[in-house]
Amino acid sequence: MNLLNAILVGLKEVWAHKFRSLLTMLGIVLGVSSLVALAAVLNGMENGMKEALIALGGLDKVLLQDQEVPPAQEHLADQAPGRTMNDVYALQQCAPLIKLISPEMALRGVIMTRGDKSVRPSELVGVWPAVLDMNLHQVQYGRFFTTLDEERANNVVVIGTGIRDDLFGSPEDVGREIVPLGDAISINGQPFTIVGMFTRYESEEDKKMREYEKTHPPATLKGPARRRGWSGRRGSWAFWRKNYTAYIPLNAMWLRFRAASGANDTPDPTLTDIDLKVASLNVLEPALQQARNVLMITHKGIEDFTFGTQEDAVENINSAMRNARMSGGIIAAISLIVGGIGIMNIMLASITERIREIGLRKAIGANNASIFLQILVESVVIAVLGGVLGLAASYALVYLLTVLTPTQNSPVISWSAMLISFAFSAFVGVLAGLYPAIKAAKLDPIQALRFE
Amino acid sequence: MALVELRNISKIYYVGDEEIRALDDITLDIQSGEFISIIGPSGSGKSTLMHILGCLDSPTKGTIQLDGTLLHNASPAQLAAFRNRKIGFVFQFFNLLPKLNVLQNIELPMVYSSVPARERKERALNALKMVGMDNRAKHRPLQLSGGQQQRAAIARALVNNPRIVFADEPTGNLDSRTGEAILDLFLQLSREGRTIVLVTHDPEIAAVTPRRIEIRDGKIAKTLDPKLAGLETK
Repeated sequence: MNLLNAILVGLKEVWAHKFRSLLTMLGIVLGVSSLVALAAVLNGMENGMKEALIALGGLDKVLLQDQEVPPAQEHLADQAPGRTMNDVYALQQCAPLIKLISPEMALRGVIMTRGDKSVRPSELVGVWPAVLDMNLHQVQYGRFFTTLDEERANNVVVIGTGIRDDLFGSPEDVGREIVPLGDAISINGQPFTIVGMFTRYESEEDKKMREYEKTHPPATLKGPARRRGWSGRRGSWAFWRKNYTAYIPLNAMWLRFRAASGANDTPDPTLTDIDLKVASLNVLEPALQQARNVLMITHKGIEDFTFGTQEDAVENINSAMRNARMSGGIIAAISLIVGGIGIMNIMLASITERIREIGLRKAIGANNASIFLQILVESVVIAVLGGVLGLAASYALVYLLTVLTPTQNSPVISWSAMLISFAFSAFVGVLAGLYPAIKAAKLDPIQALRFE
Repeated sequence: MALVELRNISKIYYVGDEEIRALDDITLDIQSGEFISIIGPSGSGKSTLMHILGCLDSPTKGTIQLDGTLLHNASPAQLAAFRNRKIGFVFQFFNLLPKLNVLQNIELPMVYSSVPARERKERALNALKMVGMDNRAKHRPLQLSGGQQQRAAIARALVNNPRIVFADEPTGNLDSRTGEAILDLFLQLSREGRTIVLVTHDPEIAAVTPRRIEIRDGKIAKTLDPKLAGLETK
């Protein structure tokens, strides 16, 4: 008896007991579909977390941060130069593994006003155009700064949509998109002209929530209008922060807001941030070493700087996902094994009710191996059919989840989860069929033929 | 050389400490083309003898040679191949698989000897014709009468062209008229040159065969040899 024949016989046997086979398969169906659906939901969650991470500037972004000088250099602390444009130019010239450098000069406690409205931006920073690539900003309306703006230190500003919402009104409130290009606002009392506005940054969840509220208006909130605080949704502060960003040219920041600071008749030249992007994540460590070598020269050997990366944030996400996958996978695997026990049970019942058939097959020339193969294949056929149904059911389950939770990150079905759960169900089928198959193969033909 | 040669066959069972000799020192030859009946009351050991002759069981002592092959130390797989190619069985309760139709039932022995599907069908139809059942190929066993089922079972026993056919009480589950028809079929097959061994407890049925072997308490009690009785026609 060859394998094809055995599979055909197995399929016939399954078809002959449709209801019983279906019930038996159900365990495998539930196991496979829950495993795939769980993996899909976790993938969706992971996407949500990574989204927030990318909103903060992506994985290859490295922060160059200030640091107290080490104890051994304590006596040199007053000569520490801090981070200045010198470092930026030096890195540009001498560190080819750093592909992007964005100097930033931030001002704290800023208030932006227009008429009687005011807003505190999440950050007001003097920047180079490199910041667009660094922080993954997109200018949707108007333009970003030009070299001329930079050279002349023009009073121009590019704002996020959150600032527009507070100063001019949000699309939700006024019913149309206001694009305040060319309008003047004041920043800490100094007039600036808006020349550009970023796109609206939002997580997939927020976007879905917004679209959902268009069709399903939320219950009207009671009492006087007021701000209700941060809703605490996962990762949403990263988007809030990005939408409340305001950028002005670096020189404008230096000259307008730092004119009265600093020594030697020059405004304070220290930068608040130097952000770096490495050529590729594979060369992260050599690139950091290169940057450090350059900076040790510009800083005269005083180690008053350090690097910060997103590696730990990524590792946190990865380990959280690993744990969730592991626990979910174990639960799904247990349900698959329970399904396998169901198959074994039904196979044992099935060979008991077919003892005479097995005896006859042996009498007319079936050897032990072909009986073994037949029973094993039957069990695998049930498991594999259950696996296929389970994969189909997982699509239904995922669809159901998307309908039930329209504002969550959509689950993403992954091929690897499908493959793993399917292979596991086939493996469970083999395991479950092993004992009944051995039992059937060992039957004595004479006793089996006499069995009533 | 005889088709089957049994030499000093014994089959001994142990129930607790008690020794039961189901077969005791049996020596027997069956020639190719013979129609022979093994007769004896229940418990006499005739079924055990048939199981040993049919390679379903192996003797405790003695040697058995079938079609020139000594089955002394054959593995279970070799015995299965032997049953498949050299031996056909007909049972009292037909033992047709109810889920398969008649044709599929008859194809079954060929499935285990890896005959290609097209040839299987052809040969199964031929075998059905031989027993006069070619118009019932697509029926399920349970849709047939007992006699028709037994004919189908005989077709199954013949389909692999065995050297010898064993029939264990083939008429035991049939009324006397159908039983006679089945016996006629065996006689006809015998005339066509088949070697047939009929196992029965009924002397009337055994009477149709030229040669009879009576088993009692595990031993050959009486043989009626056509040569000795002067009934040899050939």
